Amino acid sequence: MKELERARWRCRRGLLELDIVLQRFMDRHYSQLSDKDLQQFSTLLDLSDNDLWDMVTSRKEPEDASIRPLLEILQAV
Amino acid sequence: MAIARRKFDAVIVGAGGAGMRAALQLSEAGLKVAVLSKVFPTRSHTVAAQGGIAAALGNVTEDNWHWHMYDTVKGSDYLGDQDAIEFMCRQANEVVYELEHFGMPFDRLENGKIYQRPFGGQSQNFGGAQATRSCAAADRTGHAMLHTLYQRNVRANTQFFIEWMGLDLIRDEQGDVLGVTAMEMETGEVMVLQAKATLFATGGAGRIFQASTNAFINTGDGLGMSARAGIPLEDMEFWQFHPTGVYGVGVLISEAVRGEGGYLLNKDGERFMQRYAPHAKDLAGRDVVSRALTMEIKEGRGCGKDADHLLLKLDHLGADVINMRLPGIREIAIKFAQVDPINEPIPVVPTAHYMMGGIPTNFHGQVVAPYKTGPEEVVRGFYAVGECACVSVHGANRLGTNSLLDIIVFGRAAGNQIIEDLKKSPHHKPLPADVADRTLARLARLEGQKGGESVAQVGATLRKTMQAHCGVFRFADMLKEGVTKIGEVAEQAAQTEIKDKSKVFNTARIEALELDNLAEVALATMVSAEARNESRGAHARDDFPERDDEKWLKHTLYFRTGRRLDYKPVRLKPMTVESFPPKPRVY
Ligand SMILES: Cc1cc2nc3c(=O)[nH]c(=O)nc-3n(C[C@H](O)[C@H](O)[C@H](O)COP(=O)(O)OP(=O)(O)OC[C@H]3O[C@@H](n4cnc5c(N)ncnc54)[C@H](O)[C@@H]3O)c2cc1C
Repeated sequence: MKELERARWRCRRGLLELDIVLQRFMDRHYSQLSDKDLQQFSTLLDLSDNDLWDMVTSRKEPEDASIRPLLEILQAV
Repeated sequence: MAIARRKFDAVIVGAGGAGMRAALQLSEAGLKVAVLSKVFPTRSHTVAAQGGIAAALGNVTEDNWHWHMYDTVKGSDYLGDQDAIEFMCRQANEVVYELEHFGMPFDRLENGKIYQRPFGGQSQNFGGAQATRSCAAADRTGHAMLHTLYQRNVRANTQFFIEWMGLDLIRDEQGDVLGVTAMEMETGEVMVLQAKATLFATGGAGRIFQASTNAFINTGDGLGMSARAGIPLEDMEFWQFHPTGVYGVGVLISEAVRGEGGYLLNKDGERFMQRYAPHAKDLAGRDVVSRALTMEIKEGRGCGKDADHLLLKLDHLGADVINMRLPGIREIAIKFAQVDPINEPIPVVPTAHYMMGGIPTNFHGQVVAPYKTGPEEVVRGFYAVGECACVSVHGANRLGTNSLLDIIVFGRAAGNQIIEDLKKSPHHKPLPADVADRTLARLARLEGQKGGESVAQVGATLRKTMQAHCGVFRFADMLKEGVTKIGEVAEQAAQTEIKDKSKVFNTARIEALELDNLAEVALATMVSAEARNESRGAHARDDFPERDDEKWLKHTLYFRTGRRLDYKPVRLKPMTVESFPPKPRVY
């Protein structure tokens, strides 16, 4: 029920780059996510800051290819 | 209301490099240690450090700790305490080798030794040729450090309280510190964490400025808690501004761009740094370049429709160099400035980066204050390390890569000091009856507030006021007005209203509590800056352009009650070597 709030806090990161990207994502896209997206978003948030940033900047490919559509949204915000 | 209580030997607030280094020392000595963090430990802001950690290993060019000490004293514009600086520089090699031994993956030279890179302000032979002193793990030194320390702490049974927010310091009538009150974000429950030793390692507070390189969590909570508990804050007028933060968002563009040959332009397309620093030009010290950018904007040569930023040009380096050596920078520019630096310059502004001031401590990590009889009395049971503390090794200006060194050296030293102190006082002191009253009153006020201000709005006003009135260049009239304005902001911060009153992960409540701390830090900064009638290091006064050692070779102490200022002498006497007397600081 408080998934939104929990996610919002977990978007607080050590890298300002991620703070900004994730805040934009929360404001623009979070409310339209499907259950599957939500699950995947939570997996992404569990990554370390540098791994997540590498994926947001397309430097690294996700191991699980099915996460790519969600990642593309993050890459575009 | 009955509040849950838990007892530990030591409670550490903050799980960045400083907090985790101290925790490790204590846990490995068999003490029962709790470490609180607002975010998962490896997401602390230390993760953002790219450049490295300074130590005179001499792996690339000849080096020794005494040269490092000289550079740090000079860099501090002679406001740094020379006993603490000697202590730090002498221990640097040892703590770096210790990190290596812990498993931190430093880059290697071909001969297998730790890789080192040169950084601004590092010299051989007391001001001679460039030294090569920063040990690095690729451009992810902070990340490597945090992961290494976290793993070690887990093995040593440090108990982490993750997504817990420290709210207030607990002191008894004698002024001794007995622990903290804290809130678990998941449930909104408040708890008393009682300890024989309480250590703050809450990091910086760069979010008091509109333009900041700091992550959102850097709200100066440790300083707010200390100030509310009657502890003074030291040298809060000294903030380092990095010359190249991305316009509008603050994300740091590293010096590496200018190192590779990028340069700054004003709206007329002029390479203005030639006028301010004919020799070093775009590679002059951070404070010098930041002041030059500010002058250009002030004199109407800024770029864009509001003439409020400058341009960092690097397209002349060519796509190959940019893609090969500066890929991270290109990504940042595209994402946050919507420009591809292969074709277009990056809009930049001077951006708040590092807080030199903080909670006053000695080089054992003990908090010291003039609250009993002497000017530097140890506050029993209370310790602080890292960016939230003022030892003071950075004085009026910090050198690049000296902060990661600071957090490790003093994290370890504070751990050792706590172990000693607990041998002498092995028991918990009884908690005062009003142990959580201050915290509960603050929460009740927030809960019951009607017709109050919005947290977001007050926060925005605070940041705007600090930026306009207490930025890179400081003017007497602006500072005076700033003191009044920031006082008003602090009053508004005490009357914020939140709509969401739920318990679970209530980010609105967390942000309101963070705002309380930001307001304390902002007030201390503005009041201290208004009073210091000289220019020294990062504090640049338009009306007092020179350093004034006669009157101002002293540390500021700001007290929250009555917003009173006091001063204490700089410790010019090192531990074993000769003092470095103040000289003009030229590069
Ligand atoms: C972009 C950037 C790059 C940098 N690069 C370098 C570099 O290359 N070399 C260098 O030497 N320095 C560098 N610095 C400076 C350096 O990174 C920091 O000064 C240093 O990492 C601070 O470490 P710390 O342990 O004191 O605090 P942090 O790492 O900021 O940790 C603070 C901890 O306190 C916790 N916390 C805060 N408030 C509370 C609360 N109320 N309750 C519970 N927990 C709380 C946080 O969750 C976090 O765990 C850089 C800084 C920036 C912004």
